[in-house]
Amino acid sequence: MTSEQTSTTHAALDAGSPKRTRLPYYPGCTLKTTGKGLEDSALAVAETLGMELVELPRWNCCGVVTSLTDDDLMRHIAPIRNMVRVQEMSDAGLVDDKRVVTLCSMCFNALKWSNARIGGNAEDLKSINDFMYLEEDYRGDSEVVHFLEILKELDPEAIARQVKVPLGNLNVAPYYGCTLLRPKSIGIDDPENPTIQRKFLETMGATVIDNSYKTVCCGSYQTVPDKYAVAELTHDILSHARSAGAEAVTTFCPLCAFNLDNRQREVLEKHPDFEPMPVFYFTQLMAVAFGLNAECCRFDLNHTDPRPLLRGKKLMKEDA
Amino acid sequence: MAQTIVITPKNETFLKRIVALSAEAITVCDQCGTCSGSCPMIHEMDVTPSQLMRMVQLGQSEALDTKTMWVCASCFACTVRCPRGLDVSKVAEALRQVTLRRSVDRLDIRNIPSDELAELPQIALVSAFRKLTG
Repeated sequence: MTSEQTSTTHAALDAGSPKRTRLPYYPGCTLKTTGKGLEDSALAVAETLGMELVELPRWNCCGVVTSLTDDDLMRHIAPIRNMVRVQEMSDAGLVDDKRVVTLCSMCFNALKWSNARIGGNAEDLKSINDFMYLEEDYRGDSEVVHFLEILKELDPEAIARQVKVPLGNLNVAPYYGCTLLRPKSIGIDDPENPTIQRKFLETMGATVIDNSYKTVCCGSYQTVPDKYAVAELTHDILSHARSAGAEAVTTFCPLCAFNLDNRQREVLEKHPDFEPMPVFYFTQLMAVAFGLNAECCRFDLNHTDPRPLLRGKKLMKEDA
Repeated sequence: MAQTIVITPKNETFLKRIVALSAEAITVCDQCGTCSGSCPMIHEMDVTPSQLMRMVQLGQSEALDTKTMWVCASCFACTVRCPRGLDVSKVAEALRQVTLRRSVDRLDIRNIPSDELAELPQIALVSAFRKLTG
């Protein structure tokens, strides 16, 4: 992060600035399907804040989970191929920043980890470049950042100025899960007590509910072989948020969203007394607070419909 | 009752294999149990993460028969807390890989009902198949 990049981002935010800061953007597979509410709301929020997230051309799946064995270079090819796209975009002057922005927590983790692992090892970088001989060589000097880190660089008052519908008395528990925080070398906040969502939710006017389950894993991919094991974690995470006073939780991860939201069906099978709780993508709540068209939130894709809660709090029109 | 554990060359070979695959200094684990206390999936496991580490330290290839290595969700809760700086997630991955590289998969797409396949996001399927198939 250079001061030059910061000032570019800030300059675009100043009122009346005609040119938006263009940032390379990696969506990932799930943001085009079940996570569309995350992508559409984030793009709209970014635009409101003077940024254009420019989708990488010909991006491919990041692989979602980083290979943890020491001899498994092959599995770093997919993420590194995406980094070649970032480099191409940057070299061609199509964007104003060399850092690729991610929204999905798992894509963020997989790309940043592979980039650090390969970019920092000249021998492995050469092996991968040799393997991808039809691509231009990746130099290893592009960076991977998460959207929250970009928000953190903006002038807080400029964000506050965009709040048209303060979230009032909405009690929200930020949920972080794993991949935004762990391992430490990849995470964007304290792995034991993260607070990065808090500041922005408070700027949106929400009442932020802290609870000790905010960093507990939702069960991740174990949702495929054993949905009931994951449902128990969903039950624990949401019940703790509820007992701390939360009416909803926020996340940046489409897999956490699936496990915390859709798996409430399995929770209810095992725990009939469980009270369903809406699970928001963080940027859906930002879009609501900015007064943006509700269409960008794609609430139709949420399993537990959050609209009754928003209407009850007068945060959304009855017909929206 | 005291139990005598004999470390054979075969045990040493197994330990070295897992150390090489994981790149973790498994023998420095001092069995404090912090990983087990941090694990969100422990209620699904047959041996705790710290027991799994002990089995590998002793070169017991029975570690490959545990349910534990398969239900690890790679959440890295143990990793950030280990006072010895070890990454138990990497050890679990190394154990999985020993089995998966023998073309023995843990997950078969044909056993997932079609309505569930239709609902599961790509992110769930890609990660599950990368972790549980070879």
